Amino acid sequence: MANYIPPVQSKISQIIDVIVLLVLAVGALYVPLFLNLVGSAQTSNVPDNPTWEGLGQNPTMVEKWNELGYATAADAAELITARFDYSFSILNLLVMIVVVVGYYAIVLRFSGKEYREVISEKFGDK
Amino acid sequence: MSNTDITSAEMDGMGPKGTKLGLARVLGPAHIWGLGVGIVLVGEYMGWNFAVGKGGAYAALLACWFAGILYSCVAMIDSEVTSTVAAAGGQYTQAKHIVGPLMAFNVGLYLVFAYTMLEAANAITFGFLIDTVAGMTGHEGLDQRPFIILSIMFLAWLNYRGVLATLTFSLVITAFAFCAIIALFLSTAVFMSDSPLRHVELMTDLPYGWLGVLAAMHFGLWYYLGIEGTCQAAEEVRSPARALPFGTLAGIMTLLIAATLTWYVSVGLMPWEYLGQAGVPLFDAARLSGSMTLMVLLGVGTMFATLASANGCINDASRAWFAMGRDHYLPDWFGAVHPKFRTPYRSIIFLVPIALVFALGAPLDQVITFSILSGLLGYTFMPMNVILFRRKWPLDTIKRGYEHPFHPIPAIILLCLCGVTFFAVFLGYGSQLVAMLSFYIIVSLWFHFWRYRFVRRAAQFTMPWPRPRGY
Repeated sequence: MANYIPPVQSKISQIIDVIVLLVLAVGALYVPLFLNLVGSAQTSNVPDNPTWEGLGQNPTMVEKWNELGYATAADAAELITARFDYSFSILNLLVMIVVVVGYYAIVLRFSGKEYREVISEKFGDK
Repeated sequence: MSNTDITSAEMDGMGPKGTKLGLARVLGPAHIWGLGVGIVLVGEYMGWNFAVGKGGAYAALLACWFAGILYSCVAMIDSEVTSTVAAAGGQYTQAKHIVGPLMAFNVGLYLVFAYTMLEAANAITFGFLIDTVAGMTGHEGLDQRPFIILSIMFLAWLNYRGVLATLTFSLVITAFAFCAIIALFLSTAVFMSDSPLRHVELMTDLPYGWLGVLAAMHFGLWYYLGIEGTCQAAEEVRSPARALPFGTLAGIMTLLIAATLTWYVSVGLMPWEYLGQAGVPLFDAARLSGSMTLMVLLGVGTMFATLASANGCINDASRAWFAMGRDHYLPDWFGAVHPKFRTPYRSIIFLVPIALVFALGAPLDQVITFSILSGLLGYTFMPMNVILFRRKWPLDTIKRGYEHPFHPIPAIILLCLCGVTFFAVFLGYGSQLVAMLSFYIIVSLWFHFWRYRFVRRAAQFTMPWPRPRGY
């Protein structure tokens, strides 16, 4: 098998390659932020006129909240009542599984093809 | 058997490849420990506690242990493969030789983004800590941005100037930060006559049930994220076969101790609702201990931990970027070594503004999630990697510096725990997961159909190994 000779890439093309990669990476982080699709949001359900007892805090917990700078139950209520929402749809879960498995399947398939070329050129055809 | 021996200094098959000048081989096992633990230890000072928020205090402990198992598997697998594929780029270089070019390109990007995001998270925390200290001394409303920029610029300069000074600096400040955690534990749990720890009164049931335990695995990774970064120094250690396994395995043991002590002290001092959202939990723990000495110690420890981590991240991300440049996966301009300092200086400088973009423009938990996701994709690759490695080059074909026991059990456990962690990330951060995977799918197609044409085929395979079985 003849050895593969790669084409010479111009400087401009090399710079464009790096820019493409960076734009995609920055986009992956910022697009969910801009579209308000970020998860993790906790919701707080603060009752009217909260009390330490009503928020389920015992005297030791109250003492610790005070030491942390939260003098009253109202100050700490938002933190204490913040909760994640873990409800999800099975469909979304299946989509995620398909995306993850599909991603690795694509990468392994293309890698395998490229790898055979590398081995063949490095060690010669069998 | 191959005519090379990784345990031999004379015939280890190393040396610069593709460059006229190689990186300096000046590091020892202690530097490897400092690099691995240095990157990770900041996870005990901040970030791990979000696992408490996601599932409660007990869930965070279970996540700590399960993540500990995951990373023990990572360390064992990595130690074997790296002690054999000892070259800059770490897992990227492993993938290139064992799985194939596209997988290697993806793994290289996992490494660069995991470490660059972690570096950004460290800089954000450093700025936050300076702001907190300023607030405590009566200087409210400090602008954190100059401190974020200065910390990244200073560490990049240090990395530019040479790896020995950089990792010696990391070693010293990491050892200090680790000792500060030990001192906090001993003071609060052993030496104080009236211990401030109140586990009985502060511990609660699981607030989200067992689903919360699964969810906590997401940030459970933060206890150890980055220990695999020891591999990036493979081309710069004097004896890779000895230093890499020793430094990595000693590192994971250190982290298991630090993580458990951190959890124990923190949940005994703070209500879980506060701890789960705290910015600098160990510093808060020191404040609640009532000891000014501990407060100063943990304040300095937090600062050192963030700097050590950012320092190691700059080191590792630049090595991965450099290695990809050297192989033409990226423009080969990045594959240059500084003629005097023997560092991948162009890669170091190039990644600075990228880290700054993320540090100055994105929220901390998003940056951490981006880093965790890149790390998780890398951990999922590792079981496939080691199984293929053993299949293509059985134990009698290449001499390893270290052989991990019970193969393939660690690989199977690792794969299962990665699956659990994907589910944990899906609970609350599913959109980031899909965005991230979309990014990797697009760049994979870009690489396969465009970029790979500029890569020489056989030249990528730089290890002096025999032909793989089955090919």
